[in-house]
Amino acid sequence: MKKNGNMAILIKGLLLENPVFVLILGTCPTLATTTTVIGALAMGLAAAAVLICSNVVISLFRKLIPETVRIPCYIVIIAGFVTLVQMFMHAFLPELYDLLGVYLALITVNCIILGRAEMFAGKNSVGKSALDGIGMGLGFTLALLSIAVIREVFGSGSFAGMEIPFLRDHTVDFLVKAPGGMLVYGVMIALVSWLTHGRAPRKKSFSCAGCASAAYCSGSCDGAGVKEEA
Amino acid sequence: MDGFKNIIMIIMSSVLVNNYVLSRFLGICPFLGVSKKLNQAAGMGVAVIFVMLMATAVTWPIQIYVLDRAGLGYMQTIVFILVIAALVQFTEITLKKFLPALHKSLGVYLPLITTNCAVLGVTINNMTDGYGFFESMASSLGCGLGFMLAMVLFSGIRSKIQESEIPTPFRGLPVTLIAASFVSLAFFGFAGVVDHLFA
Repeated sequence: MKKNGNMAILIKGLLLENPVFVLILGTCPTLATTTTVIGALAMGLAAAAVLICSNVVISLFRKLIPETVRIPCYIVIIAGFVTLVQMFMHAFLPELYDLLGVYLALITVNCIILGRAEMFAGKNSVGKSALDGIGMGLGFTLALLSIAVIREVFGSGSFAGMEIPFLRDHTVDFLVKAPGGMLVYGVMIALVSWLTHGRAPRKKSFSCAGCASAAYCSGSCDGAGVKEEA
Repeated sequence: MDGFKNIIMIIMSSVLVNNYVLSRFLGICPFLGVSKKLNQAAGMGVAVIFVMLMATAVTWPIQIYVLDRAGLGYMQTIVFILVIAALVQFTEITLKKFLPALHKSLGVYLPLITTNCAVLGVTINNMTDGYGFFESMASSLGCGLGFMLAMVLFSGIRSKIQESEIPTPFRGLPVTLIAASFVSLAFFGFAGVVDHLFA
């Protein structure tokens, strides 16, 4: 195995194949938990933990799981790890557990995790899948953090709970509300698409492979990505 | 009478004020993916309402009579997602066998719903909020209707977007999200409506 190949697997999750900004997976937690930096960090790390564990386990079992029932199998494995993370956080980090609320349980249906299982872990070796999990998990966490920093600093005039002198008195409340989240997310996607300018793989080329429902939907979900003419 | 009022309040608040898509961000993926055309949006909406009601009708008794009694509350996530997945498959097979016409129009949307976080979200939220059976059903109906309302409204806006000139980096998803943001802003106008419904 070349060092180069492994590094590439690890790094691609950070920008070029960033799960949030480029693959557009896992939009629900991205919008819901980014009102505070702490919440975004907790969500990102919780999802990353589940992603790494499930990637490794799914990769280990990839030859045992029959093709036709793989989606239910993946979901059970993922739900198992989500429950572990839930119990761990409930026991040791009760404040974060309350902060994330239902979104913690919803990691189960987060498209990133099922998407990576389907796109990567089901086809690659254990080591590569673990690297992919780490890279994608970090990319997810960084993406959530970047949105959360904008929303918290300008929306509530604080950073990770610490108040910022001037901004504290001049907050843009809109940003911490639901519409602000969508607006910031939309602008961030546009920014990343402008920065990577064509180097990032076109969403359409793997939109359906990455979508959790790809096995059934036969292409009706392509509208989520870049439009056909783009 | 109070019970009836309560049910109406739950439905109204989950359709308008706490709209799952626009203020709680559940079910964003199908909202962005399947809202391109009006008929698709409506079909998906009906399918979601149907699955939400079925899922609640099954998961509520399971939680109260099985998991809670056996002290297995922590199994909630695993059991619920399996129940939903099985239910969706079962519904699809039943529709295909007995109502092929309905299956043809609704069937393609059903499998998509297994991993729709709105369905898992509503079943878990009903438990967290401590709703009784009928309140849970009302809240599921409200959330489903809210989802459908958001989808249908948004499909109209999207058809307008597709005809307009948009700067290249904003094409596709970014402009869709920004449009969704304005729709969500409009729904803010409903805050407070429910509190004064019977006042």
